[in-house]
Amino acid sequence: MIDEGPHVMTPANAAGMFIRAEHLSPGQRAWRRFTRNKLAVISLCFIAVLVAIVLLAPWLSPYQPNDVSDAQFEKPNAQHWFGTDVNGRDLLARTLAGARVSLLVGAVGTGVSLIIGVLWGSIAGYTGGRTDEFMMRFVDILYALPSIIFVIVLITSLEDIVKKFAGTTAFGVSVRLLFLFVGLGAVSWLTMARIVRGQVLSLRERPFVMASRSLGATHARVIFQHILPNTLGVIIVYLTLTVPSVILYESFLSYLGLGIQPPMASWGSLLAEGARQINPVRIYWWLLVFPCVTLVVTLLALNFIGDGLRDAFDPRSDRA
Amino acid sequence: MYFLKRIAFIVPLLLLISFLAFLLLKLAPGGPFDQERAPASEAIRKNIEAKYHLNEPTWKQYLRYLGLMWERDVASGELQRVNGGLIVGDFGPSYKYRDHSVNDIIAQALPVSLTLGLLAFVFVQCVGIPLGFYTAVRRGQLGDHVGSFFAVLVVCIPALVVAPVLITLFAIKWQWFPPALWGTPWHVVLPVVALGLFFAGKVARLMREGLLNTLQSEFITTARAKGLSEAKILWKHAFRLAVLPVVSYSGPLLADLLTGSFVVEAAFQIPGIGVFMVNSMLNRDYPMTVGLVILYAVLLLVLNLVVDFSYSLLDPRVRYD
Repeated sequence: MIDEGPHVMTPANAAGMFIRAEHLSPGQRAWRRFTRNKLAVISLCFIAVLVAIVLLAPWLSPYQPNDVSDAQFEKPNAQHWFGTDVNGRDLLARTLAGARVSLLVGAVGTGVSLIIGVLWGSIAGYTGGRTDEFMMRFVDILYALPSIIFVIVLITSLEDIVKKFAGTTAFGVSVRLLFLFVGLGAVSWLTMARIVRGQVLSLRERPFVMASRSLGATHARVIFQHILPNTLGVIIVYLTLTVPSVILYESFLSYLGLGIQPPMASWGSLLAEGARQINPVRIYWWLLVFPCVTLVVTLLALNFIGDGLRDAFDPRSDRA
Repeated sequence: MYFLKRIAFIVPLLLLISFLAFLLLKLAPGGPFDQERAPASEAIRKNIEAKYHLNEPTWKQYLRYLGLMWERDVASGELQRVNGGLIVGDFGPSYKYRDHSVNDIIAQALPVSLTLGLLAFVFVQCVGIPLGFYTAVRRGQLGDHVGSFFAVLVVCIPALVVAPVLITLFAIKWQWFPPALWGTPWHVVLPVVALGLFFAGKVARLMREGLLNTLQSEFITTARAKGLSEAKILWKHAFRLAVLPVVSYSGPLLADLLTGSFVVEAAFQIPGIGVFMVNSMLNRDYPMTVGLVILYAVLLLVLNLVVDFSYSLLDPRVRYD
């Protein structure tokens, strides 16, 4: 929590804040608090710029990520800013291509975990009783199973299906990629479900829910219109923590050889490649350093955004 | 009473978990012997499958695995229980390492992973808790910024990066520690750091968060108003509650650490159980996978129980009826 600027409560600005606060929605107030956190704003800008560069990379870079050349293991220089790898491929181009995959993994995986987790948690919490008990015990059981077993089963069985229908065409590759993303999301919704359920459990007893019910609103309307918007803060905060963990999980899968298939690249597969080139004779440090630094800086930015959002949505942060 | 109920629930939960693991692996395409030389004839393939009972329906295989199968003896015609099985503590044979039973492999590899995991756990707590405590107490000062940045930084670096970097620097460049293998105390240092660093950052963040939250609560204000010294407030009153998030995180964490890490064990060539866990799934080594999943689940369930129990010790407001 970085304190930004002087927030001394003089009577004048205290009154001003109070009057202004009257007109602001909770979302607007949260946004105002968020923009006060410089680190979080810088991080948000960084992510935006990164996404822009990644999208424009094919036109900006003179090298394509999969172009093989004779310049093997070249140190970073004017031609290849990040150096080249074992096949003479430009590491900068590959890092940016990897960024595209990794960011997409983070986004899609988190989206899937959001949908499953929120639906599961809100239904369990809202229904309560036996259903709730059953649904949450199911979550407990899944917690006790190593998630890697799901991922392996999911990926290998879907891979077979994809191979049968699409072969190794570009379509087949992208379908496989999609399954990988969805699979990652499908194993990271458990905590989300628990958090949402806890929130819904306390919200459904509130008078406004009862009021809405007695006015004849359907259950679905109560959940989506009245209860879920109130849990938004917690959900957003947890989401920003899920994105890094999904990205890291993908890197672990790539390391196992289950993730992105070569010659495609993700940050994880680049790291795994770099780690494989470590030997006592020569150290190709750039193979490890550049993908690692981009990964770490991105994750740092996501973490700072998460911190900023948490403070922004924390009702107590205005009090301090 | 509450805890007795929880303990009683462990066994059915384990059964369910083991069945799910069994079923999931069966659902995946491929079999345990796909990667070996193709059998010379159809008859040989059938014989191999019959030897491991792979030709039976899944539910039968599972019952056999549990040791709850009764078969008619060929000679006497009597109905008798098939030997072995989970109920007598036998995890069955490994399909991949065919001279070894799963029990053998676990007995060999588990002590290594236990040692490594326990040491890493100690490392995590010894680094994480003081760091989180320090950054919370120094909130907003330089020490907090540096410490918190370090905590976030290590949370962003996965073990698969830390391990090769540590090997490159400390083992190859400066040669302070051996680069791989297991045996002397010197071999332990790098893997413990590689395994623990990430989680130390998490624990530090949880600890900081917990302490900051606790310091905002009313009983701390009361304690200050009473004129208690800051040290006493921090250690005697705030710490017990502030450490609760760390405690609840530590249960699953310890279960994870004790059952080994594929990345660290592979990077340092340590003969632990984490490598077996992943490989057995890839090889469709059903008994091995299910055995290891059960091992993990037992640890997790028991440790979660311990966590909940220690909650009632640490937080006087928590009671289980």
